[in-house]
Amino acid sequence: MQAPNSMNALIELIGISKHFGEGETRVDALRDVTLSVRSGEVVGLLGPSGSGKSTLLNVIGCIVEPNEGWMRLDGEVVYDGQWQRRDLRRLRLEKIGFIFQFHNLLPFLDSTDNVALVLHLAGRPKDEAQRRAVDLLEYLQAGHRKHAMPAQLSGGEAQRVAIARALANRPRIILADEPTAALDSERAGIVMDLLRKLAVEQQAAIIAVTHDEKIIGHLDRIFRLRDGRLADEGDSARA
Amino acid sequence: MNLAFREIRHKLWRFALTCLGLSLLLGVVVTMAGMYRGLMADALALPRSINADVWVVQANTNGPFAESSRIPGETREMIARIDGIVAAGSVTLQPVEIDRDGQGLKLEVVGFEPGRPGGPANLVAGRDITRSHYELIADRKTGLAIGDRLELGRDVYTVVGLTQGNITAAADPVVYVTLRDAQDLQFDLTPPEARRAAARGAQRTNTDIVNAVVARISPNIPVEAVSLDVRRWKHLSVLSEGQQEAIMASVVIKHARHQLGLFMAVLAVSSAIILALIIYTLTMDKLREIATLKLIGMPDRSIIGLILQQALLMGVVGFVIGAALVSAAKDRFPRRVVVEPADLGILFGVVVVVCLLASVVAVRVAVRVDPARALAG
Repeated sequence: MQAPNSMNALIELIGISKHFGEGETRVDALRDVTLSVRSGEVVGLLGPSGSGKSTLLNVIGCIVEPNEGWMRLDGEVVYDGQWQRRDLRRLRLEKIGFIFQFHNLLPFLDSTDNVALVLHLAGRPKDEAQRRAVDLLEYLQAGHRKHAMPAQLSGGEAQRVAIARALANRPRIILADEPTAALDSERAGIVMDLLRKLAVEQQAAIIAVTHDEKIIGHLDRIFRLRDGRLADEGDSARA
Repeated sequence: MNLAFREIRHKLWRFALTCLGLSLLLGVVVTMAGMYRGLMADALALPRSINADVWVVQANTNGPFAESSRIPGETREMIARIDGIVAAGSVTLQPVEIDRDGQGLKLEVVGFEPGRPGGPANLVAGRDITRSHYELIADRKTGLAIGDRLELGRDVYTVVGLTQGNITAAADPVVYVTLRDAQDLQFDLTPPEARRAAARGAQRTNTDIVNAVVARISPNIPVEAVSLDVRRWKHLSVLSEGQQEAIMASVVIKHARHQLGLFMAVLAVSSAIILALIIYTLTMDKLREIATLKLIGMPDRSIIGLILQQALLMGVVGFVIGAALVSAAKDRFPRRVVVEPADLGILFGVVVVVCLLASVVAVRVAVRVDPARALAG
């Protein structure tokens, strides 16, 4: 497939389709989705339940294999009719950071170790991993909670630790699944401002799946999905 | 960063309680193995204590433990004259139940000739029998002490020596008296009608009957050579020490041994299933964490390692505590429990293998966890 010529695009999808089941049970989750996200951008993925948002996030996160299309992440073609890399785990570890709706911190590790874990997985030495984890927590204004266990953190603090974990390996792509759903509007705004700051400072592309209309003003662009199709692409009020 | 230990530390009480429950279960397996060994040790205790190279018994019998054996008392002189026999002694065996402090006490009375083979070889207190009559050497399990007096039949005996670990296959303690006393006791315990008939002057049956003659052979003479000499007398059979022990193991305690072995196997399988369920439940409890770990890039082998490490640690800790509990409590069991280091080693190996096998289902579930599960609300 011919690669598009989009300047600074970190995420590029062309004609991505995904269906589940066959015959009468077939469900088309994604139909011919084409999009690109540039470095420094924070884009939102909106749509009603069942519109395909999660499937699209899973496809970009290299968790679910599409049925057709082409996908390039951070300059590397990862899908062209089939996965182009066998070790998708490594790809996720190196290129993609995940932020979850419910932070998904490991309950048996403190804040620092939750962040340092991904650095260990990437093969960084223990001291270096611990140092960078603490630096990240400080950067995200959660340094004072570096020894706290997840159960001792507030929702906002836990989400900051989760963001620190997502950033630990300096990924250029960050996928956030309802990152503000568990937060009040004030904290949601803080988190979105933080993501915007990260996108600009680290030249990362951030895709946030959300139902949360109050954060739309924090997004550069919005992709709206309906029945697996990209129904609309537009700038947010802020953009 | 060892996630297995971190998680255990985080849920230490839960882990400790699980290990404790498992240790009790594995402790029962260890106890069963110990009882199995104990049964063998009990069965062999008496023949080993008598320490004979050959047992001369009634022809075509597996006596005197497995079958009844009655041979004339003069057999001992005949055996002693055979070339290669160093020493020979007659023995009788008689199970007796007496009343002791209002409670029934079952004993195995062994009659022997002091100074000849057949007596106790392992006195732990007191002295050998030196008088012809009414002295007794008892095993400590009887609860008797030196100087105690005990009524057997119509006579009263004084305890002059104590042994330890001399019991029968049925775990009844053994007491030793002189052969003459034992033969009198056998007559005393014959049915009253026979005794009344004897008292009226009826011809009394010969009381110089023994159950076996035990002999020690010169180290230079093969047992088989002596056996051939003895077998010339058609009314006698010979069993070597090894044959006697084999009979004890294969005939006397065969069913009990099989029962224990089978029970131990069932218990081991039950333990494996329970262990598998525990590991499976622990894994199911952390499926979301596993999905998150997979999503952020943890390889499957590390996740498998996490499960296996926890399973092995649980099994090893449970086994060590269980074995320690049994070792500490083994002497409180009513029957002998023998905890052999070799058996513990084998059981430890079995526990490790069971832990690994029990983890298979949990590992399969963990490997199949979809990383997308971490993103699900």
